[in-house]
Amino acid sequence: MKILIVGGGMGGTILANNLARRLKHELKQGKAQITMLSASERHMYQPGLLYVSIGRMATDALYREQTSLLEPEIEFHVDPVTTFTLDQNQVTTQSGKTYGYDMLVIATGSRAMPETIPGLAENSVNCYTEANAVEMWRQVREFQGGTVTIAVGVPHKCPMIPLEVTFVLHDYFKERGILDKVKFQYTYPIGRIHSLAPVGEWAKGEFDRLGIQYETLFNMKEVDGANKVVHSEEGTQSHYDLLVAVPPHKGMAVIEENGLGQSGWIPTDRHSLKMEGRDNVYVLGDTTNLPISKAGSTAHFEAEALAENLAAIVKLGEPVRDYDGKVFCFIEAGSDRATYAMFNYNQPPAPRAPNRAVHWFKMAYNQLYWASARGLL
Amino acid sequence: MAERHQIDARGSYCPGPLMELIARIKQAGIGDELEVLSTDKGSANDIPEWVKKVGHEMVDSFQADGVWHVVIRKTK
Ligand SMILES: Cc1cc2nc3c(=O)[nH]c(=O)nc-3n(C[C@H](O)[C@H](O)[C@H](O)COP(=O)(O)OP(=O)(O)OC[C@H]3O[C@@H](n4cnc5c(N)ncnc54)[C@H](O)[C@@H]3O)c2cc1C
Repeated sequence: MKILIVGGGMGGTILANNLARRLKHELKQGKAQITMLSASERHMYQPGLLYVSIGRMATDALYREQTSLLEPEIEFHVDPVTTFTLDQNQVTTQSGKTYGYDMLVIATGSRAMPETIPGLAENSVNCYTEANAVEMWRQVREFQGGTVTIAVGVPHKCPMIPLEVTFVLHDYFKERGILDKVKFQYTYPIGRIHSLAPVGEWAKGEFDRLGIQYETLFNMKEVDGANKVVHSEEGTQSHYDLLVAVPPHKGMAVIEENGLGQSGWIPTDRHSLKMEGRDNVYVLGDTTNLPISKAGSTAHFEAEALAENLAAIVKLGEPVRDYDGKVFCFIEAGSDRATYAMFNYNQPPAPRAPNRAVHWFKMAYNQLYWASARGLL
Repeated sequence: MAERHQIDARGSYCPGPLMELIARIKQAGIGDELEVLSTDKGSANDIPEWVKKVGHEMVDSFQADGVWHVVIRKTK
């Protein structure tokens, strides 16, 4: 049984390692084979970018060699897929090679697309790539006061970033002693300040306490850089001196180019994680079209369910469980406090008041992540 | 030709049915209808509120088998 995993990020890596452990004997006996194709020889811990953007983490701490994270039985190639020929159970890569499979898993992730909103890319900062996070830190460091506007596009990965970036910037300017010169204007696309109602409720109390202003039902339409104004689809506008963006995201171009899903999101069954209309193609992480958070934790829990199922298919011929929509998100609530939200398709979250212990657990998780990617946690 | 798109946001706590609609409406053509399926009863209020503010058109809103169906038309 040939299992091909396309994408070596959070989802692909956790899946491959978990699967390699479950199929130890089958791999040894040559009854199963796991191949991973990815676009980079390095693995980036993307949540670290938030800390880079406020000068709390060095960029080299974001990376590990991908081979150092993978079980030795996994065949790994840095050779991005360019063509998916699903009817023939094969993919073609940039180097011109063709890889066949019995089961395919697509986990190519998503990317921020600030260029889809006129004026946004040129006039805002964000923490969604290494280069952008470094530039954001430069502008934040040089900021001497004025209005910081936070503007949020949809869909975006990491649902907590809009709140987290606001809280950490607030505390950063406080620690620098210029908070009295900084006004925060937070905007959010829907009628409350976070998509999860209980999180929005809790954050509203924090914003009121900290004097952070907010406008809801605000969807970026365009940015007028000359006048430093963001216009909303709803007809309002917000002035800024520093514009912090959570840009709208798309899946990878290769998904759309191959007709696998509009905007790069692949239609996926919410329980089996099968690509709709295909029996041996599975989708993992950001690249699904599922109405749940585009988060590492989503990719992680999906990968665990999928690993169990793919291993069971190899061993028994049948999958054994459904993915229940589980997500767990930390929420940094400042420079030394945090809380979390845990939920699934049926159970809404109930976040508690933030505290130092959860913040330190998140800091520890930033290191533990590497063990989690290896499939050890 | 106007099309009808369905957005299955059942079981969505995050990002939420309205957020799914906002993400999808950009790709739709003017005159297209979008039907959001949601198990969150708040959507029956949230979606019309946004539709009114932004200036699209509400077509229908009903509940069947515990699922809300909210249909809107993109007008601009
Ligand atoms: C600033 C920031 C903060 C975040 N904070 C959190 C957080 O606190 N908690 C949380 O849970 N999540 C967080 N996330 C989100 C999390 O990082 C992503 O949701 C997660 O990485 C998604 O995993 P994935 O496997 O779907 O995609 P990715 O991890 O993005 O991996 C995609 C992989 O596909 C590869 N690839 C791309 N194209 C091809 C191709 N054509 N062929 C082969 N391979 C290809 C890439 O090289 C990459 O290895 C954050 C993200 C950011 C940017």
